[in-house]
Amino acid sequence: MPKTLSKSKPKTNPARELVFGDLWQFDPAPETADPKLKKKYNLFINGSFVAPKNGKCFPTINPANEKKIADIALADASDVDAACKAAQKAFTTVWGKMPGKERGKYLYRIARLLQDHAREFAVAETMDGGKPIKESRDFDVPMAAAHFFYHAGWADKLEFLAPGRQLAPHGVVGQVIPWNFPLLMLAWKIAPALAAGNCVVLKPAETTSITALKFGEICQEAGLPNGVVNIVSGAGETGAAVINHPLTSKVAFTGSTEVGKIIMRSLAGTDKKLTLELGGKAANIVFDDAPLDQAVEGIVNGIFFNQGHVCCAGSRLLVQESIADEVLAKLKRRIATLRVGDPLDKNTDLGAINSAEQLAKITDLVKSGVEEGAKKHDNGCKLPSTGFFFRPTIFANVSMSHRVAREEIFGPVLSILTFRTLEEAVEKANNTAYGLSAGVWTDKGSRILKMSTLLKAGVVWANTYNKFDPTSPFGGFKESGFGREGGKQGLLDYLRVG
Amino acid sequence: MPAAKAPASLRRLFDEIGTVDHVGIEERVAKYTTRSIKKKSKIFGLRLAVTMVDLTTLEGKDTPGKVASLCQKALTPHDVGDIPSTAAVCVYPVMVKHAKKHVGGTKVKIASVATAFPSGQTPLKTRLAEVRTAVSDGADEIDMVINRGAFLTGEFGRMQDEIAAVVEACGDATLKVILEVSELETYDNIRAASFLAMRVIRPGDFIKTSTGKTSSNATLGNNQVMLEAIRDHFLATGVPIAMKPAGGIRTAKQALHFLIAVKETLGDEWLNNRRYRFGASALLNDLVRQLEKERTGAYQAPWTFSEATEGY
Repeated sequence: MPKTLSKSKPKTNPARELVFGDLWQFDPAPETADPKLKKKYNLFINGSFVAPKNGKCFPTINPANEKKIADIALADASDVDAACKAAQKAFTTVWGKMPGKERGKYLYRIARLLQDHAREFAVAETMDGGKPIKESRDFDVPMAAAHFFYHAGWADKLEFLAPGRQLAPHGVVGQVIPWNFPLLMLAWKIAPALAAGNCVVLKPAETTSITALKFGEICQEAGLPNGVVNIVSGAGETGAAVINHPLTSKVAFTGSTEVGKIIMRSLAGTDKKLTLELGGKAANIVFDDAPLDQAVEGIVNGIFFNQGHVCCAGSRLLVQESIADEVLAKLKRRIATLRVGDPLDKNTDLGAINSAEQLAKITDLVKSGVEEGAKKHDNGCKLPSTGFFFRPTIFANVSMSHRVAREEIFGPVLSILTFRTLEEAVEKANNTAYGLSAGVWTDKGSRILKMSTLLKAGVVWANTYNKFDPTSPFGGFKESGFGREGGKQGLLDYLRVG
Repeated sequence: MPAAKAPASLRRLFDEIGTVDHVGIEERVAKYTTRSIKKKSKIFGLRLAVTMVDLTTLEGKDTPGKVASLCQKALTPHDVGDIPSTAAVCVYPVMVKHAKKHVGGTKVKIASVATAFPSGQTPLKTRLAEVRTAVSDGADEIDMVINRGAFLTGEFGRMQDEIAAVVEACGDATLKVILEVSELETYDNIRAASFLAMRVIRPGDFIKTSTGKTSSNATLGNNQVMLEAIRDHFLATGVPIAMKPAGGIRTAKQALHFLIAVKETLGDEWLNNRRYRFGASALLNDLVRQLEKERTGAYQAPWTFSEATEGY
């Protein structure tokens, strides 16, 4: 217990540093909801769960303890073919003909069911992917439901999307999604596709298939007509089979730029429509008049949200020279209070890195940062003995040529660069192959407007970061891809405009 | 020297101390409420909060008898469960000598509001005399109100001079400077007033949110603005200023959220009653109730606890 009032006056502290110690430790507070997992997950094709034709499966593990959670069916080309045919049949016989207001009812039902099963999905997402439960509970699952609600509303109002134009669905849509927001990316893909009247064949990422296959159960519970949604799990080859299948007339991919380029090459010469949402190396730009504590909070949120596994992560901090030292000191103090550990603990701020492979990539890039002369700082916290974890890390004295300033790390690693003038900030921010997002921190409104037109990025956040909404289109410039997801623009990408 | 116009003088101050983004800070403090405090850490937090309570009665109807029961409650919040005493009792100046009879010489300090609490609208001479009387009657701590009128019209010098005069009148007594945040309107103003006050008070003196006599009182938002001001002042000067949110903190859960804000903003050195207090009355019984629940495994009937102090 703390001592009671002492008679002597407190002395000044010559060290002038705050102590973030263990005087008041938090006991474990694990989320205990049952994720209702199965031992084995089959493919969701034509409204039921079927074993893959070749009988193969692969294990999925919990990255926080490296233990196997379940076996996941591995779909090959023949399974994908069955899924595409089921989707095509559903499109021509039921879904494509169904009035929009009826399609909307199914989407509303899915949205409500996701809310009903929210805790179950949140725990499953956290176990399979490693993200902190507070994020899957407060962000991933509610946002996934929000996307279904939003697009449900559009289903019978499509004619208002592009007045005077004729709109028609594509038919069968092939979708491949990444491992960083497994359920949310599924919602971003499936909700607009269904609202527009398409049927879907979706391949979840290899390391995070569980919530996608659980979503198949939601489709069953919602009474969605067979074949409207098909989920085929597997690795790269399965994804290639989905994308290249003759029946998929539109392809949507979210993932790495490298794979995005392969997809573009393979679709060249076909008449398939394509949208890509790829990597990023976003600049978060802090001017000297910004409210610094809130900027620091936004920087932390920008890079450490979901362990930095975010394509729009603010991984390059551009800070005006005159406040660089102060911002760095504030950042160090702030990350001292970040809690890294068991993703299921409600107090965990940073969970597990998604896979051993990703951890190795982060470790390698951080090593290069040190070797190239950037100054590394991490919060020095204790890491769990099993599982894949990485401390929140900051690089100061980074220059534009360093690998940590150019390559997408996709981990909890921030690179700090400085600038002197607005022009220099814009030049540095745009000097990247990517252009997905950017952040601007300043008290000056006119400067925000100016920056938002000068920055070549799909999203520019002002005095905030990582804000998402189903009504707001999201997508990139340059090697961050093309096409938008969310809002009217995102929905239009799922329609033929005549 | 003629007073500078409010906008100009404020602008100069903000150039120096920086501003606060309203949306950003509310987002930050919302995260404190998602922390899950269980088992031993909960008991630690609840007991810590009890030791930080300035158990308060500030009513026109206060009598020596009511102050006596308040003092008893502060010394022994509950008859079982080994619950620590509170930091202080907080009363009007005329009640100081009555409180002294009961808590004088114990660990429980006597805090007295003074300076024409809650409005502060009397001549400085009168306010200072009130402080001196309270101190000579035995107050260990003085809770003063700032001259909000002077602040809002940009007369920062006058506002600071008056605080400095109260510091002098306090002698050895600890001073708590009430900013009355609800009358300052914006987070920017709360930050500015915090700095103006901190620059003229002594290490270990407090800044305090509210009198509890206006429509809005302590919130996680204004608490955070003041904690960050204290942190920035400490890092720049080495002078540790203490903090007291007051009014509106009625439940144990709220108190834990405020303590998490302290833990994550100012760190371990502020997690004690020399550096952090709660100005509260109803809070104490809820803390005791939760501690008894942790000890016995069940919530006790309301009559198990002695009269809630908001009734005094």
